[in-house]
Amino acid sequence: MRKLIRYLRHYKKEAVIGPLFKLLEASFELLVPLVMAGIVDRGIRKGDTAYILAMGALMVGLGLLGLACSLTAQYFAAKAAVGFGTELREDMFAHINSLSYTELDEIGTSTLVTRITSDINQAQAGVNLVLRLFLRSPFIVAGAVVMAFSINVRLAWIFVVLVPLLSLIIYLIMRLTIPIYRQVQNRLDKVLLSTRENLAGVRVIRAFSRQRAEKKEFDAQSAILMETQLRVGRISALMNPATYAVVNAAIILVLWQGGAKVDGGIITQGQLMALINYMSQILLALVALANLIVTFTRASASAIRINEVFARKSTIREPGAAQNTEAPHTGTVRNTETPRTGATQNTETLPIDIEQNTKVPHTDAAQNAEASHTDATRNTEAPHIAKRETNAVEFDHVYFAYQGHRDALEDITFSVKRGETLGIIGGTGSGKSSLVNLISRFYDVREGCVRVDGTDVRDYRFADLRGGIGVVPQAAVLFAGTLRDNMRWGKPEATDEEIYRALEIAQARDFVRAMPEGLDARVAQGGRNFSGGQRQRLTIARALVGDPRILILDDSASALDYATDARLRRAIAKYTRQMTVFLVSQRAAAVRSADRILVLDDGGTAGFGTHAQLMETCAVYREICLSQLDRREEGSHG
Amino acid sequence: MDKKTFRRILSLIKPYRHYFILSIIFAAVSVGLTLYAPVLIGEGVDLIVGPGQVDFAGLVSLSAKLALVVAATSLAQWLMNLCNNRMTYCAVRDVRTQAFAHLQELPLQYIDGHPYGEVISRVVTDVDQFSDGLLMGFSQLFTGVITILGTLCFMLGIDGKITLVVVCITPVSLFVAAFIAKRTFSMFRLQSSTRAEMTALVEEMVGNQKVVQAFSYEQKAEQRFSEINRRLRDCSLKATFFSSITNPSTRFVNGLVYTGVGIFGAIAAIRGAISVGQLSCFLSYANQYTKPFNEISGVITELQNAFACAARVFELLDEPQQEPDAPDALRLTDDQITGEVQIEHVDFSYVPQTPLIRDFSLHVRPGERVAIVGPTGCGKTTLINLLMRFYDVQSGQIRVSGVPADRITRDSLRAGYGMVLQDTWLKAGTIAENIAYGKPDATRDEIERAAKAAYAHGFIRRMPQGYDTVIGEAGGNLSQGQRQLLCIARAMLLLPPMLILDEATSSIDTRTEIRIQQAFDRMMQGRTSFIVAHRLSTIRGADIILAMQDGRIVEQGSHEELLQKNGFYAGLYNSQWEIQGGSV
Repeated sequence: MRKLIRYLRHYKKEAVIGPLFKLLEASFELLVPLVMAGIVDRGIRKGDTAYILAMGALMVGLGLLGLACSLTAQYFAAKAAVGFGTELREDMFAHINSLSYTELDEIGTSTLVTRITSDINQAQAGVNLVLRLFLRSPFIVAGAVVMAFSINVRLAWIFVVLVPLLSLIIYLIMRLTIPIYRQVQNRLDKVLLSTRENLAGVRVIRAFSRQRAEKKEFDAQSAILMETQLRVGRISALMNPATYAVVNAAIILVLWQGGAKVDGGIITQGQLMALINYMSQILLALVALANLIVTFTRASASAIRINEVFARKSTIREPGAAQNTEAPHTGTVRNTETPRTGATQNTETLPIDIEQNTKVPHTDAAQNAEASHTDATRNTEAPHIAKRETNAVEFDHVYFAYQGHRDALEDITFSVKRGETLGIIGGTGSGKSSLVNLISRFYDVREGCVRVDGTDVRDYRFADLRGGIGVVPQAAVLFAGTLRDNMRWGKPEATDEEIYRALEIAQARDFVRAMPEGLDARVAQGGRNFSGGQRQRLTIARALVGDPRILILDDSASALDYATDARLRRAIAKYTRQMTVFLVSQRAAAVRSADRILVLDDGGTAGFGTHAQLMETCAVYREICLSQLDRREEGSHG
Repeated sequence: MDKKTFRRILSLIKPYRHYFILSIIFAAVSVGLTLYAPVLIGEGVDLIVGPGQVDFAGLVSLSAKLALVVAATSLAQWLMNLCNNRMTYCAVRDVRTQAFAHLQELPLQYIDGHPYGEVISRVVTDVDQFSDGLLMGFSQLFTGVITILGTLCFMLGIDGKITLVVVCITPVSLFVAAFIAKRTFSMFRLQSSTRAEMTALVEEMVGNQKVVQAFSYEQKAEQRFSEINRRLRDCSLKATFFSSITNPSTRFVNGLVYTGVGIFGAIAAIRGAISVGQLSCFLSYANQYTKPFNEISGVITELQNAFACAARVFELLDEPQQEPDAPDALRLTDDQITGEVQIEHVDFSYVPQTPLIRDFSLHVRPGERVAIVGPTGCGKTTLINLLMRFYDVQSGQIRVSGVPADRITRDSLRAGYGMVLQDTWLKAGTIAENIAYGKPDATRDEIERAAKAAYAHGFIRRMPQGYDTVIGEAGGNLSQGQRQLLCIARAMLLLPPMLILDEATSSIDTRTEIRIQQAFDRMMQGRTSFIVAHRLSTIRGADIILAMQDGRIVEQGSHEELLQKNGFYAGLYNSQWEIQGGSV
């Protein structure tokens, strides 16, 4: 909780005024038993009715003052607490946004959701209570002790023993319950996880008719949650009875000791009553405190969980703002660092033996569609173009591993020229996605270096780097809102015209046009009101809207049929001449027309070159291709 | 607070009424004794009148009595709390499991149409808040009410007139509390719905954090978050503040009561109507009598919050369930399923405005393979939704083995199909558990055989704990292809008489794909299969090809027939041909 206090920094005034007025109110309350003692000793003993009425008026006056103070206190406490929650929430959201994929993989997003919602709510409630009541109760306790001393020092020792004893009881109960409250929260997390899992898997669950089993499992989890709640309830239920018993034992002592004092004429009967009243006030204050502790323990358990999130710092650091104020992907060729000129570079970066002169650097995008037919013509122009071109993307002896795993990529070296299309193919788990994730710097390399436009990706500001890269992730996720909102993700000011152009390339224009609301069509969360294929095309269009310099298609046409897939690739080639395209796919047909193809096998490079080259030199590629060609041939002869 | 919600909450507690009754008994005991203690203390004060006027012998027996009373009170209080805990947590667990169970029976339309975050917030957060409120309500409401009644009796026993003073002033605090409570209810509701809105956004933005980062959307996301957050701040401030005025206001009224008792009591004492000890006892009663009013108003705000949350949970529970299976619905067994599927004049749409499938008929004979092809978005998955009865047709009917699908229990109908979807959902648990998902009692041998048939055995064996490897949330540590293999293995294990394969192998690498294809071929042998197909060999091997466009069956027939027809399918086929053929 302590670490979170800084979120009150903009509410210092409120955070001070709140408790202050509360204490003021408490002081008025502490005066009441003294006034009452006066009524007994002076009013009743001497039969002074006027005095009684005057004291009565005083008590009403104290009450009014107390009310005013209390309202003030409540207002400022609420303001501070709500402000605290608001800023904390905002900060946490920003913090989550700053975490890299590595942390997200590790923490898991569902627990982040509970932490930013219910945990912060708990913490906010906790702050509100602390400001309003936490100071008040100890203050009343302390005040009552002081008052007792003012009545009689020899009797006040009972108070001096009583207060630490009560504090000890409360402390022990807290010590025991806080860890269990944390457990309760974790169990609640599990319940949340199950619910989400169940919603996501609803089709499979129903297909296998496993609803009953799912219910049973959920019931078991609920039961565990309940057991834990009961366990913590048993202990915290001791709070009230224990404090009540101790306070009343103290009252018995006061009666005994006080009796002797009254007998000796040291204190009056009214003062004895006042002492007993103070005891009751202590009890009331502590009962209030005990009730608060339940809320507070929850709040501090939540605070710990909140701090856990803040403690996770992104392992990927953005360089200082001083660097790269001039965005490297503005379209001009960066000459800051041109270690090698195009032609020679290819030889150097080639990881395997492929004859250099067949290398196909940048070609007109329009040619890409029928790329494989024109190998020969292109060879002649290659060096010429290469002279003025920097590589759009280079991988330089890149090693990469996920946290705590063995290397997912080993010694990857290749380069792609601006405007080229690179096909990446390889088996399941061969590292294709990992590789393209490095370009946007979602993960950092373990060794080696990834360069975009000649500059190490680690030297870019995130927004500069990622703003120039259009990513179409494997999972086709859309967001709640309108289609237009979704299309504007990469470029908030995009016009409808731009959007429709992107939709056209992505082969989504027709079905969007066919919808009565067009771009105003509602998208449900996750885009579930669109089919898988539609979603994929929309996510492709979304990436194209910003007119990125680099487009990464991470197996993002898997839900498309071949015909649409082919039209899509042709359209991308045709309309995006300056765009460097990374095409990750399982389908040989999808990558074969790419300018060059990178073949991955178990995290290593198995081949790099054109389709024709690889067919000759790369066994893995040939195997993949032949398996597909077989089927094609089978089809053609049928 | 509407009565319906209240009545439903009562019905939730009904199964635990014995705890309810016990709780009231313990509350009565503890309150009674709590009230008796001031009487004893008052008597004690009267034994200590002044110098030389102290009855020590009386004090001894009185102290013993008091100690006994206090001990009994504490015990009763503790037991009461235990009863309340048990009652609340049990009731809350019930409503939570009810809500979850209800989710299992909701039509897919509801689940597809509501953000997960919203549903989750109802099942988890709202239920949790409800439990907090309910617990507080129980533990303080009973004692409060009993204390009020008890003190009234005790006070009347001492002096009627002063009691009258107390009774006259206290209702003021009730009015104040009721007034404030009314105002705050709508504020709590607003707070609750704003929170739900925020949860939905957070679910999206945090849940898809990777996409957010890929588009550098962080700032925009933060802006949207801030906007909701600001609204939440404003309505929370109101809800928090107005609910917290209740306490001071009622406390003020209590002060008035205390003062009234003090004045009238003192005057009565002068007249000798009551003793000083009795006055002290009276004052303590005045405190105890008004305190519950104080607390009750706090409890009421808490309860209102709980009610608002409960109302949202009940809203979920009130969502109409999918139509239950007809009581005489047939349980199809595997040997009753011939594999014949007749689709007759089916109309279907997700939203009434845009009809999707119109007058669709198809007769599939046992063992036939149906390949569904067509441009994306032409309604291929819709067909699966209908075959599996995830959605019900609007008109027309689907017959399975001659029986109309709506005369068959959903479970047995679905058990007749083996399904592999493109969405590779796996459950948190071990790999073995996932493969055996449809048949939890499968032996390890069966599981391994299924995995081998799906070509998943190899990579599973290489995992750190093999088949016992736990896969995390959303199968995090597996690649998309590996997840798909597991989904296939899951279907392999059961091998029902009919199959639905939805682009099942789209993200598996081609080498494995070939072998899976062979496995599929074996699997489809003699089984009626519906395949949303991309692969030419699959399409060619199909008995019936459904070429779909805009939700309609444009063409229907075998590969050769359709090619000869030279229509839509031929165009589709040739465009594929062009790509795949190329110039190699």
